[in-house]
Amino acid sequence: MEPVTRIESPTVVIDQSDIDTDQIIPARFLTTTSKEGLGEALFADWRYREDGSENQDFALNDPQNAGRTILVAGNNFGCGSSREHAAWALADYGIRAVISTEIADIFRSNALKNGLLPVDVPAELHRWLLEHPGANVVLDLESNTLTLPDGREHRFRIEAFARYCLMQGTDQLGFLLSQDEAITRFETTRPWKP
Amino acid sequence: MSSIDMNGAQTLFEKVWNQHVVVPETDETPAVLYIDLHLIHEVTTPQAFSVLRERGLPVRRPDLTLATMDHSTPTTPVRTLADIEVVGESAANQIRRMEANCREFGIDLLGFDSDARGIVHVIGPELGATQPGKTIVCGDSHTSTHGAFGALAFGIGTTEVGHVLATQCLLQRRPKTLAIEVTGELGPGVSAKDIILAIIGEIGVDGGTGHVIEYRGDAIRALDMEARMTICNMSIEAGARAGMIAPDDTTFAYLWGRPRVPQGEEWDRALARWRALATDDDAAFDRQVRIDASRLAPMVTFGTNPGMVVPVTESIPEGPGPAFAKALDYMGLESGRPIAGTPVDVVFVGSCTNSRLSDLEQVAGILRGRRVADNVRMLVVPGSQQVKRQAEERGLDEVFRAAGAEWRESGCSMCLGMNGDTVPRGKLSVSTSNRNFEGRQGAGARTVLASPLTAAASAVAGRIADPRPLLEGV
Repeated sequence: MEPVTRIESPTVVIDQSDIDTDQIIPARFLTTTSKEGLGEALFADWRYREDGSENQDFALNDPQNAGRTILVAGNNFGCGSSREHAAWALADYGIRAVISTEIADIFRSNALKNGLLPVDVPAELHRWLLEHPGANVVLDLESNTLTLPDGREHRFRIEAFARYCLMQGTDQLGFLLSQDEAITRFETTRPWKP
Repeated sequence: MSSIDMNGAQTLFEKVWNQHVVVPETDETPAVLYIDLHLIHEVTTPQAFSVLRERGLPVRRPDLTLATMDHSTPTTPVRTLADIEVVGESAANQIRRMEANCREFGIDLLGFDSDARGIVHVIGPELGATQPGKTIVCGDSHTSTHGAFGALAFGIGTTEVGHVLATQCLLQRRPKTLAIEVTGELGPGVSAKDIILAIIGEIGVDGGTGHVIEYRGDAIRALDMEARMTICNMSIEAGARAGMIAPDDTTFAYLWGRPRVPQGEEWDRALARWRALATDDDAAFDRQVRIDASRLAPMVTFGTNPGMVVPVTESIPEGPGPAFAKALDYMGLESGRPIAGTPVDVVFVGSCTNSRLSDLEQVAGILRGRRVADNVRMLVVPGSQQVKRQAEERGLDEVFRAAGAEWRESGCSMCLGMNGDTVPRGKLSVSTSNRNFEGRQGAGARTVLASPLTAAASAVAGRIADPRPLLEGV
């Protein structure tokens, strides 16, 4: 994975709350056995019309938004299914950060494991971002700050170990594997066996 | 550290969590948490097995891994294994990959040829693999189902599936606790599904985010295990990490004698351990919510998330904002109109929420001597092959067929439409499943979530209907 330290982009705004992972990637695309190419299915039922043509009313189809890497969405982004395909699809499409007032637990965990930065912001800042699509936003992991075009800053929270892994461009499995001794001790000394 | 009481009193969640901490969490690193049971299925594992293969890693504990196939599998009636026809080449490929991965990594697979096959959240309890005090995970958000037994059970992504396959552990920050106390006696025709839909309506689809819910109170204690599973199953629809119910005599009676449950002296030891799991009297929760079950009516959803829910006796409410209007527009419904009487095209009875024997018995109770309305297609999909056999021993399949419903093989089926069982665009389905998201049951499909009784009554009426007038003699 590429290390993530700083993300800067004009935002893409999807002003809808409770965007569930079935919207991010519908179940019919989950029969894949790979992580590749899922960007094409991202928001498939909102991006494409029934006849397969592009829905011009949808933010991702606005030519202005091409290449933008920071998505601002309504409250409770990523709720529903645990499918990591949602994070894979966003990352494959080119999205590198998602900003909302609240991000669902499993989606947050999945995103962090795929170089996709979930950022919670307070309601007031969120409203400003929703009302200013295309605003140039800087997300800095060194300082955990979100910076708006006018220089206003917000410090966002991020789990310390996930942040470390993102900045190193490393995955979490190596750390777990290094705990082998402790895991074996736990397995042999626990008072009951599953 | 939240909610650790001064005198050491602990909640059910804290007891299970603390018993599984391999390495405690610090400011820098999450806890290393041991996993007692890893459930796997064909959709969320292939990429995890690929990582193991790339790194040359074995599965650490195949003996703690329970594998089945449920999401992509066909449910069309078959007489022999040779009859099975998987819909679509990619689904067939996924199923073959699951078989190959399990063979390569030494995991027993309850595959097509197994009598024990079924929806992963139905067979875990059925086999007695789900037990109080265990940590249970699966690459599936409805893993919360297993919390009904006093297990800490939650859904994970595929990267974490790989972590558990390789190390039997996960890196986790300790979630907060939320007590939901449900009191009072349920009225006739009101069931566990109505309780959980009412709870989600009350606290919202993000009301449980960051929390593990413990369902408590006399209304919960009065429920059988299948009803408790329905409640815990939908914890994720309130955004919760997990849902749990303290194990009690109802739990132990359900588990006794099941294939993977300890026997003899080991049973006695397990029982003593399980009895100690309940939340201590003076333990504190981070949050508490109360619900009076005696005031509940059968509940139905009207929008595109499970929090958009009303009693079947009421009208579709007014709501704020464009998202509410968009949801109603998608559903083809209008504020101010009674939800009952809305024409129905499809009725789906099934899913890890409501596909167990008691659910099917309730549906049969309504359908016996009645017909599914002419304009309605009704699908009844048992949660497992065992549920299917038990239903057939009781003649329920005959009741369903006589009423004009389709009786299927087990699987996730029309809950998410991965296997070819879908609701056509623009059609409205009353479903006993767990998600009414846009397109969940097929592109453009409209879903109304309801209990098995309400689904059956709606099938008979051809319209969304209150089941209570049909309960005479059930």
